Amino acid sequence: MITQIPRRPWTQRWHVKPIAWTILIVVLLVTSSHMTGVDVAMFFTNFGQFTDLLMRMSQPAWDYLPVIIRPLYETIQMAILGTTIGAALAIPFSVLAASNLVHNRWLRGGIRLVLDLVRTLPDLLLAAIFVAIFGIGSTAGVVTLAIFSFGMVSKLFYEVIETIDMGPLEALESAGANQLTIIWYAVLPQILNQFVSYFLYTLEINVRASTVLGYLGAGGIGVFLQRSLNEFNYSQTAVIILATLVVVMVIDGVSNHLRRVLL
Amino acid sequence: MEATPIISFKHVNKIYENGTVGLKDINFDIPRGEFLVVVGLSGAGKSTLLRTINRMHEITSGEIRIEDEPIDQYKGRALRLLRRKIGMIFQNFNLVKRSSVAKNVLSGRVSYYPTWKSILGLFSAVDRQKAVQSLQRVSLAEKFYARADELSGGQQQRVAIARTLMQDPKIILADEPIASLDPLTTKTVMDILKRLNQEDGITVIVNLHSVALAREYADRIVGLRAGEVVYDQQIADVTETDLNRVYQTV
Repeated sequence: MITQIPRRPWTQRWHVKPIAWTILIVVLLVTSSHMTGVDVAMFFTNFGQFTDLLMRMSQPAWDYLPVIIRPLYETIQMAILGTTIGAALAIPFSVLAASNLVHNRWLRGGIRLVLDLVRTLPDLLLAAIFVAIFGIGSTAGVVTLAIFSFGMVSKLFYEVIETIDMGPLEALESAGANQLTIIWYAVLPQILNQFVSYFLYTLEINVRASTVLGYLGAGGIGVFLQRSLNEFNYSQTAVIILATLVVVMVIDGVSNHLRRVLL
Repeated sequence: MEATPIISFKHVNKIYENGTVGLKDINFDIPRGEFLVVVGLSGAGKSTLLRTINRMHEITSGEIRIEDEPIDQYKGRALRLLRRKIGMIFQNFNLVKRSSVAKNVLSGRVSYYPTWKSILGLFSAVDRQKAVQSLQRVSLAEKFYARADELSGGQQQRVAIARTLMQDPKIILADEPIASLDPLTTKTVMDILKRLNQEDGITVIVNLHSVALAREYADRIVGLRAGEVVYDQQIADVTETDLNRVYQTV
Protein backbone atom coordinates (compact mmCIF):
# COMPACT_ATOMS: atom_id res chain seq x y z
CA MET A 1 0.00 0.00 0.00
CA ILE A 2 1.19 3.44 -0.90
CA THR A 3 0.19 5.85 1.83
CA GLN A 4 1.59 8.95 0.20
CA ILE A 5 1.30 10.06 -3.41
CA PRO A 6 4.67 10.93 -4.94
CA ARG A 7 5.73 14.60 -4.79
CA ARG A 8 5.57 16.58 -8.00
CA PRO A 9 8.78 18.20 -9.20
CA TRP A 10 8.79 22.00 -8.73
CA THR A 11 8.46 22.65 -12.50
CA GLN A 12 5.14 20.83 -12.43
CA ARG A 13 4.02 22.40 -9.18
CA TRP A 14 4.52 25.96 -10.43
CA HIS A 15 3.20 25.19 -13.95
CA VAL A 16 6.43 26.41 -15.51
CA LYS A 17 5.76 24.98 -18.95
CA PRO A 18 2.26 26.35 -19.65
CA ILE A 19 3.21 29.78 -18.31
CA ALA A 20 6.37 29.89 -20.41
CA TRP A 21 4.44 28.93 -23.56
CA THR A 22 1.80 31.59 -22.96
CA ILE A 23 4.44 34.30 -22.45
CA LEU A 24 6.31 33.17 -25.56
CA ILE A 25 3.19 33.28 -27.74
CA VAL A 26 2.16 36.73 -26.49
CA VAL A 27 5.68 38.07 -27.11
CA LEU A 28 5.69 36.60 -30.62
CA LEU A 29 2.31 38.15 -31.42
CA VAL A 30 3.28 41.60 -30.16
CA THR A 31 6.65 41.65 -31.93
CA SER A 32 5.20 40.41 -35.22
CA SER A 33 2.49 43.07 -35.21
CA HIS A 34 5.18 45.65 -34.39
CA MET A 35 7.53 44.48 -37.12
CA THR A 36 4.91 44.27 -39.85
CA GLY A 37 3.54 47.68 -38.91
CA VAL A 38 0.00 46.53 -38.24
CA ASP A 39 -1.86 49.38 -36.59
CA VAL A 40 -4.70 47.95 -34.57
CA ALA A 41 -5.91 51.42 -33.64
CA MET A 42 -6.57 52.16 -37.31
CA PHE A 43 -9.23 49.47 -37.34
CA PHE A 44 -11.26 51.45 -34.82
CA THR A 45 -10.59 54.98 -36.14
CA ASN A 46 -11.59 54.02 -39.70
CA PHE A 47 -14.55 51.94 -38.61
CA GLY A 48 -16.88 54.68 -39.83
CA GLN A 49 -16.05 53.96 -43.48
CA PHE A 50 -17.00 50.37 -42.96
CA THR A 51 -20.42 51.25 -41.57
CA ASP A 52 -20.85 53.69 -44.46
CA LEU A 53 -20.24 50.87 -46.94
CA LEU A 54 -22.61 48.63 -45.04
CA MET A 55 -25.28 51.33 -45.12
CA ARG A 56 -25.02 51.64 -48.88
CA MET A 57 -25.25 47.88 -49.26
CA SER A 58 -28.27 47.67 -47.01
CA GLN A 59 -30.66 48.41 -49.86
CA PRO A 60 -30.21 45.46 -52.22
CA ALA A 61 -31.36 46.12 -55.78
CA TRP A 62 -33.63 43.11 -56.08
CA ASP A 63 -34.41 43.83 -59.73
CA TYR A 64 -30.77 42.91 -60.43
CA LEU A 65 -31.48 39.34 -59.33
CA PRO A 66 -32.71 37.98 -62.72
CA VAL A 67 -29.51 39.26 -64.34
CA ILE A 68 -27.22 37.32 -62.00
CA ILE A 69 -29.12 34.04 -61.94
CA ARG A 70 -27.38 32.76 -65.07
CA PRO A 71 -23.82 33.64 -64.03
CA LEU A 72 -24.53 32.26 -60.57
CA TYR A 73 -25.70 29.05 -62.18
CA GLU A 74 -22.53 29.05 -64.24
CA THR A 75 -20.47 29.52 -61.06
CA ILE A 76 -22.07 26.48 -59.45
CA GLN A 77 -21.46 24.42 -62.58
CA MET A 78 -17.84 25.53 -62.66
CA ALA A 79 -17.42 24.62 -59.01
CA ILE A 80 -19.00 21.18 -59.46
CA LEU A 81 -16.92 20.43 -62.56
CA GLY A 82 -13.68 21.66 -61.04
CA THR A 83 -14.20 19.90 -57.73
CA THR A 84 -15.16 16.62 -59.38
CA ILE A 85 -12.16 16.59 -61.71
CA GLY A 86 -9.82 17.58 -58.88
CA ALA A 87 -11.22 15.05 -56.41
CA ALA A 88 -11.16 12.22 -58.97
CA LEU A 89 -7.49 12.95 -59.68
CA ALA A 90 -6.82 13.17 -55.96
CA ILE A 91 -7.89 9.57 -55.25
CA PRO A 92 -4.92 7.76 -56.84
CA PHE A 93 -2.50 10.37 -55.53
CA SER A 94 -3.84 10.19 -51.99
CA VAL A 95 -3.57 6.39 -52.03
CA LEU A 96 0.08 6.68 -53.12
CA ALA A 97 0.78 9.33 -50.47
CA ALA A 98 -0.69 7.32 -47.56
CA SER A 99 2.03 5.94 -45.32
CA ASN A 100 0.02 2.86 -44.32
CA LEU A 101 -0.45 1.74 -47.94
CA VAL A 102 2.82 2.72 -49.60
CA HIS A 103 5.87 1.59 -47.68
CA ASN A 104 8.33 2.88 -50.28
CA ARG A 105 9.46 6.12 -48.66
CA TRP A 106 10.85 7.60 -51.89
CA LEU A 107 7.69 7.09 -53.90
CA ARG A 108 5.57 8.47 -51.08
CA GLY A 109 7.92 11.40 -50.56
CA GLY A 110 7.90 12.20 -54.26
CA ILE A 111 4.12 12.20 -54.45
CA ARG A 112 3.86 14.36 -51.33
CA LEU A 113 6.35 16.83 -52.77
CA VAL A 114 4.18 17.17 -55.88
CA LEU A 115 1.10 17.68 -53.73
CA ASP A 116 2.89 20.29 -51.58
CA LEU A 117 3.93 22.12 -54.74
CA VAL A 118 0.39 22.15 -56.07
CA ARG A 119 -0.92 23.44 -52.74
CA THR A 120 1.67 26.19 -52.66
CA LEU A 121 0.37 27.76 -55.87
CA PRO A 122 -2.28 30.32 -54.87
CA ASP A 123 -5.58 29.94 -56.73
CA LEU A 124 -5.41 33.53 -57.97
CA LEU A 125 -2.03 32.88 -59.57
CA LEU A 126 -3.41 29.71 -61.20
CA ALA A 127 -6.40 31.65 -62.50
CA ALA A 128 -4.16 34.34 -63.95
CA ILE A 129 -2.06 31.69 -65.70
CA PHE A 130 -5.01 29.80 -67.13
CA VAL A 131 -6.82 32.93 -68.26
CA ALA A 132 -3.64 33.69 -70.21
CA ILE A 133 -3.64 30.17 -71.68
CA PHE A 134 -7.35 29.51 -72.32
CA GLY A 135 -8.54 33.10 -72.66
CA ILE A 136 -11.27 34.75 -70.65
CA GLY A 137 -14.09 32.38 -69.80
CA SER A 138 -15.12 29.50 -67.61
CA THR A 139 -12.61 26.96 -69.01
CA ALA A 140 -9.86 28.82 -67.17
CA GLY A 141 -12.01 28.86 -64.06
CA VAL A 142 -12.72 25.12 -64.16
CA VAL A 143 -9.07 24.21 -64.66
CA THR A 144 -8.05 26.52 -61.82
CA LEU A 145 -10.63 25.05 -59.47
CA ALA A 146 -9.69 21.49 -60.49
CA ILE A 147 -6.03 22.02 -59.64
CA PHE A 148 -6.83 23.94 -56.47
CA SER A 149 -9.23 21.21 -55.25
CA PHE A 150 -6.78 18.49 -56.28
CA GLY A 151 -4.11 19.93 -53.98
CA MET A 152 -6.42 20.43 -51.06
CA VAL A 153 -8.47 17.24 -51.37
CA SER A 154 -5.43 14.96 -51.81
CA LYS A 155 -4.05 16.06 -48.47
CA LEU A 156 -7.40 15.62 -46.71
CA PHE A 157 -7.88 12.24 -48.41
CA TYR A 158 -4.52 10.74 -47.54
CA GLU A 159 -4.92 11.83 -43.95
CA VAL A 160 -8.25 9.97 -43.88
CA ILE A 161 -6.66 6.89 -45.45
CA GLU A 162 -3.99 6.89 -42.76
CA THR A 163 -6.63 6.47 -40.04
CA ILE A 164 -8.40 3.39 -41.47
CA ASP A 165 -8.64 -0.01 -39.79
CA MET A 166 -5.88 -2.16 -41.30
CA GLY A 167 -7.59 -5.44 -40.34
CA PRO A 168 -9.67 -5.86 -43.51
CA LEU A 169 -6.55 -5.22 -45.60
CA GLU A 170 -4.77 -8.05 -43.83
CA ALA A 171 -7.78 -10.30 -44.39
CA LEU A 172 -7.92 -9.54 -48.10
CA GLU A 173 -4.17 -9.99 -48.45
CA SER A 174 -4.33 -13.35 -46.69
CA ALA A 175 -7.11 -14.36 -49.10
CA GLY A 176 -4.73 -13.86 -52.01
CA ALA A 177 -6.04 -10.54 -53.32
CA ASN A 178 -3.72 -8.21 -55.22
CA GLN A 179 -3.02 -4.58 -54.28
CA LEU A 180 -5.67 -2.97 -56.46
CA THR A 181 -8.36 -5.38 -55.28
CA ILE A 182 -7.34 -4.81 -51.66
CA ILE A 183 -7.72 -1.05 -52.11
CA TRP A 184 -11.08 -1.48 -53.80
CA TYR A 185 -12.55 -3.91 -51.26
CA ALA A 186 -10.88 -2.95 -47.99
CA VAL A 187 -9.83 0.71 -48.29
CA LEU A 188 -12.47 2.50 -50.35
CA PRO A 189 -15.54 1.37 -48.36
CA GLN A 190 -13.88 2.62 -45.18
CA ILE A 191 -13.18 6.10 -46.50
CA LEU A 192 -16.05 6.69 -48.89
CA ASN A 193 -18.28 8.70 -46.59
CA GLN A 194 -15.45 10.94 -45.48
CA PHE A 195 -14.48 11.37 -49.12
CA VAL A 196 -17.98 12.56 -49.90
CA SER A 197 -17.95 14.86 -46.92
CA TYR A 198 -14.61 16.43 -47.90
CA PHE A 199 -15.76 16.65 -51.49
CA LEU A 200 -18.79 18.69 -50.45
CA TYR A 201 -16.66 20.86 -48.19
CA THR A 202 -14.35 21.58 -51.11
CA LEU A 203 -17.32 22.28 -53.34
CA GLU A 204 -18.52 24.88 -50.86
CA ILE A 205 -15.09 26.52 -50.76
CA ASN A 206 -14.95 26.46 -54.56
CA VAL A 207 -18.27 28.25 -54.95
CA ARG A 208 -16.85 31.06 -52.83
CA ALA A 209 -13.45 30.90 -54.53
CA SER A 210 -14.97 31.08 -57.99
CA THR A 211 -16.59 34.42 -57.16
CA VAL A 212 -13.10 35.79 -56.64
CA LEU A 213 -11.73 34.03 -59.73
CA GLY A 214 -14.27 35.92 -61.82
CA TYR A 215 -12.21 39.00 -61.03
CA LEU A 216 -9.47 37.68 -63.27
CA GLY A 217 -11.91 36.88 -66.05
CA ALA A 218 -12.32 33.22 -65.17
CA GLY A 219 -16.07 33.31 -65.68
CA GLY A 220 -19.06 33.06 -63.38
CA ILE A 221 -20.58 35.45 -60.88
CA GLY A 222 -17.22 37.07 -60.09
CA VAL A 223 -17.33 39.05 -63.32
CA PHE A 224 -20.54 40.70 -62.15
CA LEU A 225 -19.23 41.22 -58.65
CA GLN A 226 -16.24 43.06 -60.02
CA ARG A 227 -18.40 45.15 -62.35
CA SER A 228 -20.75 46.27 -59.57
CA LEU A 229 -17.85 47.17 -57.29
CA ASN A 230 -16.11 49.16 -60.02
CA GLU A 231 -19.29 51.11 -60.61
CA PHE A 232 -19.68 51.69 -56.85
CA ASN A 233 -23.10 50.12 -57.27
CA TYR A 234 -23.18 48.63 -53.79
CA SER A 235 -26.86 47.73 -53.87
CA GLN A 236 -26.05 45.31 -56.70
CA THR A 237 -23.04 43.99 -54.78
CA ALA A 238 -25.36 43.25 -51.88
CA VAL A 239 -27.64 41.16 -54.10
CA ILE A 240 -24.69 39.17 -55.43
CA ILE A 241 -23.35 38.52 -51.94
CA LEU A 242 -26.76 37.49 -50.63
CA ALA A 243 -27.37 35.18 -53.61
CA THR A 244 -23.97 33.56 -53.10
CA LEU A 245 -24.77 33.17 -49.42
CA VAL A 246 -27.97 31.30 -50.31
CA VAL A 247 -26.05 28.96 -52.62
CA VAL A 248 -23.41 28.27 -49.97
CA MET A 249 -26.12 27.61 -47.40
CA VAL A 250 -27.93 25.20 -49.72
CA ILE A 251 -24.70 23.29 -50.40
CA ASP A 252 -23.99 23.24 -46.68
CA GLY A 253 -27.47 21.85 -45.99
CA VAL A 254 -27.12 19.19 -48.68
CA SER A 255 -23.70 18.15 -47.43
CA ASN A 256 -24.92 17.93 -43.83
CA HIS A 257 -27.82 15.77 -44.95
CA LEU A 258 -25.63 13.51 -47.09
CA ARG A 259 -23.11 13.09 -44.32
CA ARG A 260 -25.84 12.01 -41.91
CA VAL A 261 -27.32 9.57 -44.42
CA LEU A 262 -23.95 8.13 -45.45
CA LEU A 263 -22.62 7.71 -41.95
CA MET B 1 0.67 -43.69 -41.87
CA GLU B 2 3.53 -41.99 -43.70
CA ALA B 3 1.59 -39.68 -46.02
CA THR B 4 3.32 -36.38 -46.74
CA PRO B 5 2.38 -33.74 -44.19
CA ILE B 6 0.41 -30.74 -45.50
CA ILE B 7 2.65 -28.34 -43.58
CA SER B 8 6.16 -28.97 -42.43
CA PHE B 9 8.50 -26.72 -40.44
CA LYS B 10 12.22 -27.42 -40.72
CA HIS B 11 14.57 -25.47 -38.44
CA VAL B 12 12.48 -22.32 -38.79
CA ASN B 13 13.91 -19.23 -37.12
CA LYS B 14 12.57 -15.73 -37.04
CA ILE B 15 14.54 -12.84 -35.63
CA TYR B 16 13.00 -9.38 -35.79
CA GLU B 17 15.03 -6.42 -36.99
CA ASN B 18 15.42 -5.16 -33.44
CA GLY B 19 16.99 -8.47 -32.45
CA THR B 20 13.98 -9.98 -30.69
CA VAL B 21 13.71 -13.70 -31.25
CA GLY B 22 10.28 -14.47 -32.72
CA LEU B 23 10.66 -18.16 -33.48
CA LYS B 24 13.49 -20.48 -32.50
CA ASP B 25 14.28 -23.68 -34.34
CA ILE B 26 10.71 -24.78 -35.02
CA ASN B 27 10.57 -28.37 -36.23
CA PHE B 28 7.33 -30.22 -36.69
CA ASP B 29 4.94 -31.59 -39.29
CA ILE B 30 1.22 -31.14 -39.55
CA PRO B 31 -0.58 -34.04 -41.26
CA ARG B 32 -3.47 -33.38 -43.59
CA GLY B 33 -6.82 -33.05 -41.83
CA GLU B 34 -5.46 -32.38 -38.36
CA PHE B 35 -7.09 -30.00 -35.88
CA LEU B 36 -4.05 -28.46 -34.25
CA VAL B 37 -4.24 -26.03 -31.36
CA VAL B 38 -1.26 -23.85 -30.50
CA VAL B 39 -1.19 -22.61 -26.91
CA GLY B 40 1.15 -20.25 -25.13
CA LEU B 41 1.37 -16.90 -23.37
CA SER B 42 0.94 -13.62 -25.22
CA GLY B 43 4.16 -12.88 -27.03
CA ALA B 44 5.20 -16.54 -27.15
CA GLY B 45 5.16 -16.38 -30.96
CA LYS B 46 1.81 -18.02 -31.70
CA SER B 47 0.63 -15.34 -34.14
CA THR B 48 4.04 -15.17 -35.78
CA LEU B 49 4.09 -18.94 -36.26
CA LEU B 50 0.64 -18.87 -37.84
CA ARG B 51 1.49 -16.03 -40.18
CA THR B 52 4.66 -17.67 -41.46
CA ILE B 53 2.46 -20.38 -42.99
CA ASN B 54 0.79 -17.98 -45.44
CA ARG B 55 3.86 -15.74 -45.65
CA MET B 56 2.17 -12.79 -43.99
CA HIS B 57 5.38 -12.87 -41.95
CA GLU B 58 8.75 -13.81 -43.40
CA ILE B 59 11.13 -16.17 -41.65
CA THR B 60 14.83 -15.52 -41.14
CA SER B 61 16.11 -19.03 -41.78
CA GLY B 62 14.90 -22.58 -42.17
CA GLU B 63 12.23 -23.92 -44.46
CA ILE B 64 8.46 -24.23 -44.51
CA ARG B 65 6.94 -26.68 -46.98
CA ILE B 66 3.27 -26.75 -47.84
CA GLU B 67 2.04 -29.82 -49.72
CA ASP B 68 5.72 -30.69 -50.12
CA GLU B 69 6.55 -27.39 -51.86
CA PRO B 70 8.97 -24.93 -50.27
CA ILE B 71 7.12 -21.61 -50.05
CA ASP B 72 9.95 -19.14 -49.44
CA GLN B 73 10.54 -18.30 -53.11
CA TYR B 74 6.94 -17.49 -53.99
CA LYS B 75 6.34 -14.01 -55.35
CA GLY B 76 3.44 -12.13 -56.91
CA ARG B 77 0.87 -14.44 -58.41
CA ALA B 78 2.39 -17.64 -57.03
CA LEU B 79 2.25 -16.17 -53.51
CA ARG B 80 -1.37 -15.11 -54.01
CA LEU B 81 -2.25 -18.63 -55.17
CA LEU B 82 -0.59 -20.04 -52.05
CA ARG B 83 -2.60 -17.68 -49.87
CA ARG B 84 -5.78 -18.57 -51.69
CA LYS B 85 -5.64 -22.14 -50.44
CA ILE B 86 -4.96 -21.01 -46.87
CA GLY B 87 -7.90 -19.32 -45.18
CA MET B 88 -7.32 -17.03 -42.23
CA ILE B 89 -9.57 -16.03 -39.31
CA PHE B 90 -8.66 -13.15 -37.02
CA GLN B 91 -9.31 -12.09 -33.45
CA ASN B 92 -10.93 -8.85 -34.63
CA PHE B 93 -12.86 -10.53 -37.48
CA ASN B 94 -11.37 -8.00 -39.94
CA LEU B 95 -14.57 -7.49 -41.86
CA VAL B 96 -15.16 -4.28 -43.78
CA LYS B 97 -17.78 -3.00 -41.36
CA ARG B 98 -19.39 -0.54 -43.72
CA SER B 99 -19.90 -3.12 -46.46
CA SER B 100 -22.70 -5.64 -46.71
CA VAL B 101 -22.31 -9.21 -45.50
CA ALA B 102 -22.66 -10.33 -49.13
CA LYS B 103 -19.80 -8.13 -50.27
CA ASN B 104 -17.61 -9.26 -47.38
CA VAL B 105 -18.24 -12.91 -48.15
CA LEU B 106 -17.72 -12.49 -51.89
CA SER B 107 -14.44 -10.67 -51.23
CA GLY B 108 -13.05 -14.06 -50.17
CA ARG B 109 -13.42 -15.16 -53.79
CA VAL B 110 -11.54 -12.31 -55.50
CA SER B 111 -8.37 -14.32 -56.04
CA TYR B 112 -10.29 -16.48 -58.52
CA TYR B 113 -11.04 -13.48 -60.73
CA PRO B 114 -9.01 -11.06 -62.82
CA THR B 115 -8.69 -7.67 -61.11
CA TRP B 116 -11.12 -5.82 -63.36
CA LYS B 117 -13.83 -8.37 -62.76
CA SER B 118 -13.47 -8.23 -58.97
CA ILE B 119 -13.49 -4.45 -59.04
CA LEU B 120 -16.65 -4.31 -61.11
CA GLY B 121 -18.15 -6.97 -58.84
CA LEU B 122 -18.77 -9.33 -61.77
CA PHE B 123 -19.07 -12.52 -59.77
CA SER B 124 -20.60 -15.50 -61.51
CA ALA B 125 -24.05 -16.78 -60.52
CA VAL B 126 -22.34 -19.94 -59.28
CA ASP B 127 -20.17 -17.95 -56.90
CA ARG B 128 -23.10 -15.87 -55.65
CA GLN B 129 -24.84 -19.14 -54.89
CA LYS B 130 -21.67 -20.31 -53.21
CA ALA B 131 -21.72 -17.19 -51.03
CA VAL B 132 -25.23 -18.03 -49.89
CA GLN B 133 -24.19 -21.62 -49.19
CA SER B 134 -21.14 -20.49 -47.21
CA LEU B 135 -23.40 -18.32 -45.08
CA GLN B 136 -25.80 -21.22 -44.66
CA ARG B 137 -22.96 -23.30 -43.29
CA VAL B 138 -22.46 -20.75 -40.53
CA SER B 139 -26.26 -20.35 -40.18
CA LEU B 140 -26.35 -16.70 -41.20
CA ALA B 141 -27.94 -16.79 -44.65
CA GLU B 142 -30.71 -14.44 -43.50
CA LYS B 143 -28.10 -11.70 -42.94
CA PHE B 144 -26.99 -11.74 -46.58
CA TYR B 145 -27.90 -8.11 -47.24
CA ALA B 146 -27.24 -6.74 -43.75
CA ARG B 147 -24.34 -4.41 -43.14
CA ALA B 148 -21.47 -6.09 -41.31
CA ASP B 149 -21.49 -3.59 -38.43
CA GLU B 150 -25.12 -4.43 -37.66
CA LEU B 151 -24.03 -7.91 -36.55
CA SER B 152 -22.84 -9.04 -33.13
CA GLY B 153 -19.24 -10.11 -32.58
CA GLY B 154 -20.04 -13.81 -32.86
CA GLN B 155 -22.01 -13.25 -36.04
CA GLN B 156 -19.19 -11.20 -37.52
CA GLN B 157 -16.75 -14.01 -36.84
CA ARG B 158 -19.10 -16.44 -38.58
CA VAL B 159 -19.25 -14.12 -41.60
CA ALA B 160 -15.45 -14.10 -41.57
CA ILE B 161 -15.51 -17.91 -41.64
CA ALA B 162 -17.95 -17.82 -44.57
CA ARG B 163 -15.60 -15.42 -46.36
CA THR B 164 -12.74 -17.85 -45.83
CA LEU B 165 -14.84 -20.75 -47.16
CA MET B 166 -15.17 -18.85 -50.45
CA GLN B 167 -11.45 -19.48 -50.99
CA ASP B 168 -12.03 -23.28 -50.98
CA PRO B 169 -9.18 -23.49 -48.49
CA LYS B 170 -7.22 -26.62 -47.71
CA ILE B 171 -5.91 -25.06 -44.53
CA ILE B 172 -7.58 -22.63 -42.13
CA LEU B 173 -5.44 -20.56 -39.79
CA ALA B 174 -7.34 -19.06 -36.88
CA ASP B 175 -5.51 -16.45 -34.80
CA GLU B 176 -7.24 -16.20 -31.41
CA PRO B 177 -10.62 -16.48 -33.13
CA ILE B 178 -12.59 -16.35 -29.91
CA ALA B 179 -10.55 -13.89 -27.83
CA SER B 180 -13.17 -11.15 -28.18
CA LEU B 181 -16.25 -13.36 -27.86
CA ASP B 182 -18.41 -14.48 -24.93
CA PRO B 183 -18.44 -18.15 -23.80
CA LEU B 184 -21.59 -19.07 -25.73
CA THR B 185 -20.53 -17.64 -29.10
CA THR B 186 -17.09 -19.09 -28.45
CA LYS B 187 -18.64 -22.54 -28.52
CA THR B 188 -20.55 -21.77 -31.75
CA VAL B 189 -17.43 -20.57 -33.53
CA MET B 190 -15.25 -23.44 -32.30
CA ASP B 191 -17.96 -25.96 -33.27
CA ILE B 192 -18.07 -24.52 -36.79
CA LEU B 193 -14.29 -24.82 -37.12
CA LYS B 194 -14.42 -28.40 -35.85
CA ARG B 195 -17.19 -29.25 -38.31
CA LEU B 196 -15.23 -27.82 -41.25
CA ASN B 197 -12.31 -29.92 -40.10
CA GLN B 198 -14.33 -33.11 -39.88
CA GLU B 199 -16.76 -32.71 -42.80
CA ASP B 200 -14.50 -31.02 -45.36
CA GLY B 201 -11.19 -32.42 -44.19
CA ILE B 202 -9.74 -28.91 -43.90
CA THR B 203 -6.57 -28.79 -41.84
CA VAL B 204 -7.27 -26.32 -39.03
CA ILE B 205 -4.64 -24.57 -36.93
CA VAL B 206 -5.98 -22.47 -34.08
CA ASN B 207 -4.13 -20.23 -31.64
CA LEU B 208 -5.78 -20.23 -28.24
CA HIS B 209 -5.19 -18.87 -24.78
CA SER B 210 -7.55 -21.29 -23.13
CA VAL B 211 -6.14 -24.69 -22.26
CA ALA B 212 -9.63 -26.00 -21.51
CA LEU B 213 -10.83 -25.18 -25.02
CA ALA B 214 -7.68 -26.62 -26.51
CA ARG B 215 -8.29 -29.93 -24.75
CA GLU B 216 -11.91 -29.94 -25.85
CA TYR B 217 -11.34 -29.41 -29.57
CA ALA B 218 -7.79 -30.30 -30.53
CA ASP B 219 -6.45 -33.47 -32.13
CA ARG B 220 -3.04 -32.34 -31.03
CA ILE B 221 -1.68 -29.54 -28.90
CA VAL B 222 1.55 -27.64 -29.49
CA GLY B 223 2.85 -25.34 -26.75
CA LEU B 224 5.06 -22.37 -27.50
CA ARG B 225 7.21 -20.45 -25.04
CA ALA B 226 9.52 -17.61 -26.08
CA GLY B 227 9.35 -18.75 -29.69
CA GLU B 228 10.24 -22.37 -28.95
CA VAL B 229 8.12 -25.49 -29.13
CA VAL B 230 8.11 -26.72 -25.54
CA TYR B 231 5.20 -29.10 -25.85
CA ASP B 232 3.82 -31.31 -28.61
CA GLN B 233 1.36 -34.09 -27.81
CA GLN B 234 -1.55 -35.92 -29.39
CA ILE B 235 -4.72 -35.17 -27.45
CA ALA B 236 -4.84 -38.70 -25.98
CA ASP B 237 -1.48 -38.13 -24.31
CA VAL B 238 -2.16 -34.63 -22.98
CA THR B 239 -2.15 -34.28 -19.21
CA GLU B 240 -3.05 -31.21 -17.23
CA THR B 241 0.24 -30.98 -15.35
CA ASP B 242 2.33 -31.25 -18.52
CA LEU B 243 0.28 -28.58 -20.19
CA ASN B 244 0.65 -26.20 -17.28
CA ARG B 245 4.39 -26.22 -17.88
CA VAL B 246 3.80 -24.24 -21.07
CA TYR B 247 2.52 -21.38 -18.98
CA GLN B 248 5.40 -21.29 -16.55
CA THR B 249 7.23 -18.07 -17.05
CA VAL B 250 10.74 -19.42 -16.67
